[in-house]
Order: sequence, then C-alpha cells, then structure tokens
Amino acid sequence: MSTETAQAEVKKPAEGLLSKRRKGFITDPLVDNNPITIQVLGICSALAVTTQLQPTLVMAISVIFVMVMANLTISLLRNTIPSRVRIIVQLAVIATLVTLVNEVLKAFAFDMYKELSVFVGLIITNCIVMGRLEAFALGNKPYDSVLDGFGSALGYSWIILAVAFFRELLGSGSVFGVPVYESISGLFGGEFSLATNGLMVSPVGAFIILGLIIWVQRTKTGYVEHN
Amino acid sequence: MELINLGIKSIFIENMVFAYFLGMCSFLAVSKKVSTALGLGTAVIFVLTVTVPTNWLLNEYILKEGALSWLGESMATIDLSFLRFIMFIAIIAAMVQLVEMIVEKFAPALYGALGIFLPLIAVNCAILGGSLFMATRDYTLAEAGVYGFGSGVGFFLAMVALAAIREKLKYSNVPNGLKGLGITMLLTGLMGIAFMSFMGIDL
Repeated sequence: MSTETAQAEVKKPAEGLLSKRRKGFITDPLVDNNPITIQVLGICSALAVTTQLQPTLVMAISVIFVMVMANLTISLLRNTIPSRVRIIVQLAVIATLVTLVNEVLKAFAFDMYKELSVFVGLIITNCIVMGRLEAFALGNKPYDSVLDGFGSALGYSWIILAVAFFRELLGSGSVFGVPVYESISGLFGGEFSLATNGLMVSPVGAFIILGLIIWVQRTKTGYVEHN
Repeated sequence: MELINLGIKSIFIENMVFAYFLGMCSFLAVSKKVSTALGLGTAVIFVLTVTVPTNWLLNEYILKEGALSWLGESMATIDLSFLRFIMFIAIIAAMVQLVEMIVEKFAPALYGALGIFLPLIAVNCAILGGSLFMATRDYTLAEAGVYGFGSGVGFFLAMVALAAIREKLKYSNVPNGLKGLGITMLLTGLMGIAFMSFMGIDL
C-alpha cells in the first residue's frame, strides 16, 4: 500500500506552493461554492452575533482559526483514525480547539467573551467545520486541507460580516461602533435625521438580510436549487 | 407557576430557532416534508429533555467551581468549567447513542421512523445550545428539565410549521435565485415576526 502511493507521488511533477488547483481551494468557497449560500452549512451558530460588526469579526477570526487547525489535525491523523469512531474523534478535536479560543477570549477580551457567551461554544456544532473535516481533511494531505479550511472559513466569514454590516448600519445607524447616521444628519445641521430600524436588531432582521444576500448572490452565479 | 412560565418562555418567546438561530442546519435541511419534520422534531424533544438535566448533574457535581467538594475538603477549590464544551458534547454524543439503542430495542416502529435522524442530532446546535444556556443561566434541576423539554417543543413547532409552508410553496412561482434556501430564509424571518407577538406573555 505504502509503496504504491510512494510510486504515484514520484510520477507526479512537484506542485507549486500556490498552484492553480490550490488557489481553487481558497477562491471556490468565496463565491461559487460558498458554504452558507450554496452548500447551506453553518448557518446555526453565528447569525446570532451579527447585530454588531465587532463581535462578528471576532467570531469570524475564531472560526477561521478553528477550521484551519481542525483540518490540519484531522488531516495529519487521517490514516490512524478508525472510520467507526471518526465522528467522536472529530468532535473531540474541534471541542479542544474551541475551548482554547474560549479561554483566550476570556483572558484577553473579557467584554467580548461576555457578549459572545455561548456562541463561541457553538462553533463545535457548526456544520461547516464537521462538514469539511468529513468531506476533505479525512482524504487529503495536510497542506491542501489547511488551504481548504481557510477558504471555507473565509467564504463563511464574508457572508456573516456582510449580514452584520447591514444589520448594524440599518439597525443601530453605525459601522464598527462609529455613528454614521448621526454624522450624516450633522451635515445637514440636525434638521434632517435618519431613523434606525429596530427590526434589524432583532433576529428577524438577520433572516431577511441573509435571504436577500442569498438571492443577489445566486442570481449573479446563476445557481438554481431544484426541489 | 415559575416552571410553567419558564416552559412558555422557552417554547414561544425564546424560541430556539427564531430567537437564537440554533439548529438552523437541520431546520433547513429536513423541513421539506411535514412527515420527516415530525420525526426529527420528536427526536429533538426527546434528546433535549434527556441531555439538559444530565448535563445539569454533570455541571453541578463535577465541572462547576467548587463542585467537587463532595469528594473532600482538598477538592473544593478545583474549577473544571473549562472542560464544559468537551464534556457536554461527549455526554450528548453518548446520550444520542444510548437513546438510539433504547428506542431500537423497545420501540422498533419509532426507530424505523426516526432512524437516520437520531445520529444527526448529536451535531445539532440546538442540543448543545440548550445545555450551554442552562449552564450560563444557573437553572435548578427542575428548571433544567422544563427548559430542555420546552425548547425541544419550540423547535418542533417551528420546524413542523415551516415544513407545512414549504409543502404549499411548491406550487408557487418563486424567482430562480430565491428558490430553496433564499425563500426559506425570508419565510423564517416572517415566521419570526409572528413569534415576536408572543413577547411579553407572563403568567
């Protein structure tokens, strides 16, 4: 078995560090194969934090870290994990990484830790992480898996950041905590004021904004779901 | 009375799906037909009702700060709460396995109906979310039981209602880009508005 794979590897020409195929791992999940809008994975845990941009950014960075590390770990262990217990092994690896993120947040950004509360923990059950481990890391080499994890996490991050941008702008009239609405009405000498929409701060706003983003994105890529 | 209040709150006002976005994956994937939605919903109620009190016991007697004091004075200062995630997910995975075996043994008909959904539940965010909320909100054992059951029922309701709407939706002319996921998200938003009208109910 090992000699066969060794021979197969010898025949292949050495691949560039960022060959076309490998770039595809990163760029594919951004638009064409986006984990949220096309594959319908991982909507669960992160939408709840999208009322403001800042916690969303922290969440996105946490997910990127967890996905890259989990993909790397599972890919390194892929030949030693018996397939019958692989789910529990994956869960253990993910849970350990998430605990790490949680403890770091608790130590260095306690306010953020309070704000995100249980949603950091819920990265464990984020289907994207499990999905990529199951579909990619279990059958591919570590470097490719890292790229794949990074790409999928980026695709996920930009969607939740986009949702957060609109929710914060329309719901609280600010971007990253900078009051945009106030400064706009300030330009007109205070006679003109913009009203914020309370619906955007409530969970309903997230559903509707995500629905609209999906609509725009799928119209652009031409992807149609057939039931 | 307090408990009934908590039950109502967890079913309608703090609905798992509409207020916290938990369990969205299976909520979207399995809500195409009412019959499958019923199956998964029942399984979720079942597993939540079992795992939340179990995790409460685990949290209270092993993980919390000072929880190990029943082992003796020297153990009273140990704080294992950083192990919460791993322990909770392990308990959930084990419980799901156990529930699967029990159902298979004693109710083969139900097992046939739930079959594929039971293992899926281990990675449903609503289950882990229920346990984590229970831990951060310092519920008592009775409250934990009611909360687990209530949030299960809330998820069940949301899921079956969405499935019924989606069955009807098959006969509507939806724009291409909005088909499937897009229209479902918008629908969920509208249902969320309906559920918001329960806000403020207090017994």
